Amino acid sequence: MTSITPTQATVPPRPKRSGGGSFGRSDRRLAGILLSPALALIALVAAYPIFYAIWLSLNEYSVRVPGLQRFAGADNYREAIGPSFWDAFGNTMLFTGVSVALELVIGLAMAVAMHSAFKGRGLLRATVLVPWATITAVTAITWRSIFEPGLGFAPQVLEKIGIAEDVIWLGENGYAMAVLILADVWKTAPFMALLLLAGLQVIPEDVYEAAKVDGATTWQRFLRITIPLLIPAILVALIFRTLDALRIFDLPKVLTDGSNGTNVLSLLAYQELTDNRLIGLGAALSVLTFVIVMVVSFLYIRFVGGNIKTLAED
Amino acid sequence: MTATSAGSGPGAIARPSSAARTRARSRRKATPSWVKSVLMWTSIAAIVLFCLFPIYWIVNTSLKAGADLSRGALWPDNPTLRNYRSVLNDGDFLLALRNSAIVATTTTVLSLFVGSFAAYALARLRFPRKALLLGIVLSISTFPVIAIAAPLFKLWTDIGLYDAEYGLGLIIPNLVFTLPLTIFILTSFFREIPRELEEAALVDGATRVQSFTKVVLPLAAPGLVTAALLVFFAAWNEFLFAITLTSTPEARTVPAAIAFFTGSVKFEAPLGTISAASVIVMVPLVVLVLVFQKRIVAGLTAGAVKG
Repeated sequence: MTSITPTQATVPPRPKRSGGGSFGRSDRRLAGILLSPALALIALVAAYPIFYAIWLSLNEYSVRVPGLQRFAGADNYREAIGPSFWDAFGNTMLFTGVSVALELVIGLAMAVAMHSAFKGRGLLRATVLVPWATITAVTAITWRSIFEPGLGFAPQVLEKIGIAEDVIWLGENGYAMAVLILADVWKTAPFMALLLLAGLQVIPEDVYEAAKVDGATTWQRFLRITIPLLIPAILVALIFRTLDALRIFDLPKVLTDGSNGTNVLSLLAYQELTDNRLIGLGAALSVLTFVIVMVVSFLYIRFVGGNIKTLAED
Repeated sequence: MTATSAGSGPGAIARPSSAARTRARSRRKATPSWVKSVLMWTSIAAIVLFCLFPIYWIVNTSLKAGADLSRGALWPDNPTLRNYRSVLNDGDFLLALRNSAIVATTTTVLSLFVGSFAAYALARLRFPRKALLLGIVLSISTFPVIAIAAPLFKLWTDIGLYDAEYGLGLIIPNLVFTLPLTIFILTSFFREIPRELEEAALVDGATRVQSFTKVVLPLAAPGLVTAALLVFFAAWNEFLFAITLTSTPEARTVPAAIAFFTGSVKFEAPLGTISAASVIVMVPLVVLVLVFQKRIVAGLTAGAVKG
């Protein structure tokens, strides 16, 4: 707020402003006023709690006597980074990698199909929005009932085909993760499809026609035209989805409560905080989760930082 | 654009741009049109099945009771509304619906009010470190919410917002992720409004506040609707704050109520009733989606296309 722009001196005291050029100081003051409520709220409920969480993670709290605490330094972190942390870390990474990759592939296929469907496009768009609009807790309930042993649709069908007979899907390591990923893919591949469809729609038709005239096959046109021109949209979708998947909480919480190899970082921190009432340890785990997400998001934003810049400029 | 020249080969020089307009599929070696339409309809059917089958399954389950429920067939032999009746007679569930309506509506109004000011500043005014500010706002939206759950729990307990009736303690925390969303969407919508209109108002002697409320806001109405829908959805869906900052039915919102539904030991297996509850919760959102699908898609893809 303190830096001075050259235009500032040229602003006339009050009279009519001419055209676009010189809003200088009044702009900046107004911006300050307009931004302050939003920034104050964000500071109150995001920035301050983060620092408070770091403070909490550096202390030890008595489970029996409320209010009794002592400074513990890095003890909580030393305790936090144990087998259950690495377990949750691995699960989170596995979940993120597989679900985001599947969502990209399925979302892309859906987007291409929606793009080429001339008739049912409105219907398709509405259909695709339904999983997105289904609240996550309900999504979890739905998929749990689909995989309900004996009663669910999936185990019955699979038994008839002879695949994965006698599997308690949500009760076994690996299988439970598969259901978790499937539920997430169902809910968010459509979102991916809509983002990519928007990207497809801005590719000019002429480019395809020209390639067609030159004898390019459908597959060649897809690989050489669609994919390269879609890269920006793909990157944006990937960022959104990856950062979302890394902090996943509600789906595993309702689906399995983190059992059978589906415990993820956010859920582990939550369990230590609420179920075990270990505030220091839980805070340390949530700070670690925060750091992991921030590192990934920093890498991404550096990688495609131009996006934010173009939005801020122009 | 560079990629196209790689794919077009030697004939690229003689590319006739007028031919582009004729969308004729009858080019040489083109796939027969019936194959194309079979492919198209198959993929459409696959998408519809993938998206809607789970919904069908939960509706199917919600209409079953007794023996039907323990058979798990693809449709109910004796469809019944018994589950719906028992859910709608469940006082706790009704409280949750009430709380969710209050929390989601209030969050939406506040988010739009505060967010539209900030978005206007980001879209229109010139000030230093704008990119940095937008970057901070964006990165807030990627926060793992768990990181602020414990501090907020302590803070809310101290100031008496923990487990506040009507879920009032959830509104401010919700703003953490709805504000960045609002600001992001509205900024891109405000940009679309021609600057000249606003400048004309300024020349005519309007203040900046007047030009904002009289010129920009009305023109940005579609953007406001879009942002309102997405924020409402996000707030209706919010789960982590809902289970950490409330503990009684008087304060709980729908997602939390549904999550704890399973735990309650009732006379009957809760599968039927919880399915009915899920369907009830889903209906308003599905209606909103059907009515406002264009606006919602516009919001979801705001900024994504610009790349």
